[in-house]
Order: sequence, then structure tokens, then C-alpha cells
Amino acid sequence: MATALQAEPRAAEAPQPFRVRTRRRETHDTWTLRLEPVDGVGLDVRPGQFTMVYSFGVGEVPISFSGDPRGPLVHTVRAVGAVTRAICDARRGAVLGIRGPFGNEWPVAEAAGGDVVVVAGGIGLPPLRPALYEILRRRRDFRDVALLYGARTPDDLVFRRELERWRARGDLQVEVTVDAAVEPWRGKVGVVPKLIEGARFDPAATTAFIVGPEIMMRFSAQALLDRGVPPSCIFVSMERNMQCGVGHCGHCQLGPTLICRDGPVYRWDVLVPLLTAREL
Amino acid sequence: MKTIDAVLRDVPMFQGLTPDELVLMAGCATNVHFDEGAVLFREGDSADVFYAVRQGAVALDVFVPTRGAVTIETLEGGEVLGWSWLFPPYRWHFDAKALTPIRATAFDGACLRDKCEQDPSLGYHLMSRFAQVMIERLQWTRLRLLDVYGYGAAG
Repeated sequence: MATALQAEPRAAEAPQPFRVRTRRRETHDTWTLRLEPVDGVGLDVRPGQFTMVYSFGVGEVPISFSGDPRGPLVHTVRAVGAVTRAICDARRGAVLGIRGPFGNEWPVAEAAGGDVVVVAGGIGLPPLRPALYEILRRRRDFRDVALLYGARTPDDLVFRRELERWRARGDLQVEVTVDAAVEPWRGKVGVVPKLIEGARFDPAATTAFIVGPEIMMRFSAQALLDRGVPPSCIFVSMERNMQCGVGHCGHCQLGPTLICRDGPVYRWDVLVPLLTAREL
Repeated sequence: MKTIDAVLRDVPMFQGLTPDELVLMAGCATNVHFDEGAVLFREGDSADVFYAVRQGAVALDVFVPTRGAVTIETLEGGEVLGWSWLFPPYRWHFDAKALTPIRATAFDGACLRDKCEQDPSLGYHLMSRFAQVMIERLQWTRLRLLDVYGYGAAG
């Protein structure tokens, strides 16, 4: 299992004020916020970790870090409810509360020397972007690297300009698909697990990272297993109702594990008995 | 230049067919090319052919009033396009359009059905391969029916 990294007690218990530095629209309902600490003390956030983001007077939600680990705190948020809508509405200069970082990280260092397949569905790409930044920073340490990304429609794709830049690099396979499309989309239409069939990687020497809706992760993991990737080399990031972030409240319990404390990144062979248990 | 039965050996779906079966199939096949934007077939037209796409990308579209042509699937090199030739009334259910220049092998459906009738072994092998493709596409369609990227628990 990936390494657990917990926030310092001060940052874990009380929200620290962070100011919205920039706010960029990704899609009709998704925004990327770049945040800076009001007191000047930044956070050391690792790829895969999340923070609890507090919109004062509205509420708090767990949001994965989506930026460069060597850069400022960046979150990409989809407005799906009252709290996330309030966060997406926060304009430049607005102050949000941040607790964390919480959770473990993607095993990027452990994947060095082999191939890496990154599979993202919908709003699952933001939690994987920090890992991609790390991989691309030390690209020579890896062999084939593939990013396979699926969304509902072309209008729901996030980081579109960055996807084009990554595609233009030539050392990263970037395959994008959508569930349905109208003109002028000229790309692939189909489900993201189908992209796994055509991707170039050596299954015996591959580490895979998957984030997306749980069903999409199950199908994607199965497609990777079908190609021969060992279950111990497939990692997924789980999402549950995380509230305290430090393993006290129990809201994010999944069987014997607390996702905020032991996850959110899990090895597939560890996770699959919990995912398939009907009582959980 | 490769003979058609040699070309067919490279089609993933036909792997495992005997050389004799490939020769039988090649007797019903021709190599074809479509320019980008060409329409391979239209919904409602007679389905008397299927294609083994060797190179390029094809969009399967359905016309939806007020939305226009909605692409529901794209198929690429190594995939097979069309199964409406297998069963009456032999009519296409979707439009197929070349997103890029296409190189493909086209099979005459009536010719192939006749050979399958005469050679049940070929018929079984071909039908089981088409069934596999249909099941796979059915599974992917079921996954899309779940609309997994829709709004879940709101926070």
C-alpha cells in the first residue's frame, strides 16, 4: 500500500485561511482554483493526497490536490452540491479554509523503471495530474507512459489545452474518449476501458493508476487484468464521505479501512474484496 | 502485394481460422478505400456488406432530431464494422462515416452467408467471433447506460 502521510496537528484540526489567487473555468460545472496561504505558510502536498476545503458558512468537502507538487496549492472542483458550488463561486481574493493534506500518495517512485498507465474517468483526471507532473519531470526514469482519459462528452473534458501539450510531447501516449459526441468532435467515442486494449505497454512491467467513478474503475482494472497486469500493480483512488480527514469520525469507513487515513490510494488486490462485498 | 487471405490473417477477429476458411472468406472480399468524410452506409439502407477496418477511424452516428448526428461509437484499425448483414431484414441501424481516410476489406454478406450455409464449420467459427464482438460492445453499452460520469452524491 502507498505511504500514509498525515498533516501536522494544527493543519489537520483547524482550517487555515487560503486566498484564491486564480480561478479558471474547465467546463460548464468545473473550476480550477489556485490558492495561496494568507499567513504565507504553504503546504507540502504529495500526488494523490487531498485537503478538506472549507467554504466559510457553507461547509467542508474533501478535494484532491490537482496541481504540480512543486507549485502552489491547486484544486479542481466540480460543482455538484451546495459546498462545491460555493467553492467554485469563490472569486479571486476570496478566502477559503484548508485542512490537511491528508491521505497517502501514488507510488510514483516505486513505478520507476517500468511502464505506467494512467486511467482517468470524468473528474478523475485532476487527482492524477500531480502524479503525471512527477512522471514527466523524471520522464527518463520510466519506459512507456500512457494517459487514457474518458468523459461523458467533449464539453466535459478538463485540462484540454494541457492534454494537447502532453500529446505534442511525443513521449506520452494520450488517448481521449467520450461516451457520445456531436460535431465538431473528431476523436474517439466509446468507454475508457476500451482504450486499455489498444495502449502500448508491457503488462508484466506496468504500474497502473486509476481514478474515476467506482464502476469505471472496476471495468478498467478488469481490462488491465485481462491484458496481464498483476493486481498488485494496479492502484486506485477511492472516494467516500470523508469528514474529519484524520480517521476519527468513521464516515469514510470501508470494511476494516478508513479511506481518509489509510487511503485514498489503494492497491487493487487489497481493495477488491471490499468493493465486491455487498454489505459494505 | 499481399493476397486478401494473407491480409485477413492480420485481422484480430479472424485469428484462429484455418487457412482454408480464410481462402473461402477471401473469395467474398475486396479491398476498399474511403476518403475522409465519406459515408460508408446510412441507416435504413440495405446491409449487404461488412468491413474489417485495417487503417483509419469510422464513426457510427445516429441522427437525433434537434441534436443532429450523434456519434455513439468509433471503430479503428483491427475492428470489424457491421453485423446487420447477418440477419434479416439486412438493413443498417446507424450511419457510418469515415473520420479519416479508411483502408478496409469489404465482405459481400450474401456470398458469405451462402458459404456459411455450405460449410457449417466456417459458419460456426465466424458466428462465434461475431457473437464475441457483439457481447463486448453490449457490455460497453451497458456501462454507458449507467451514465457513470453523472452527478453522484452531492457535496
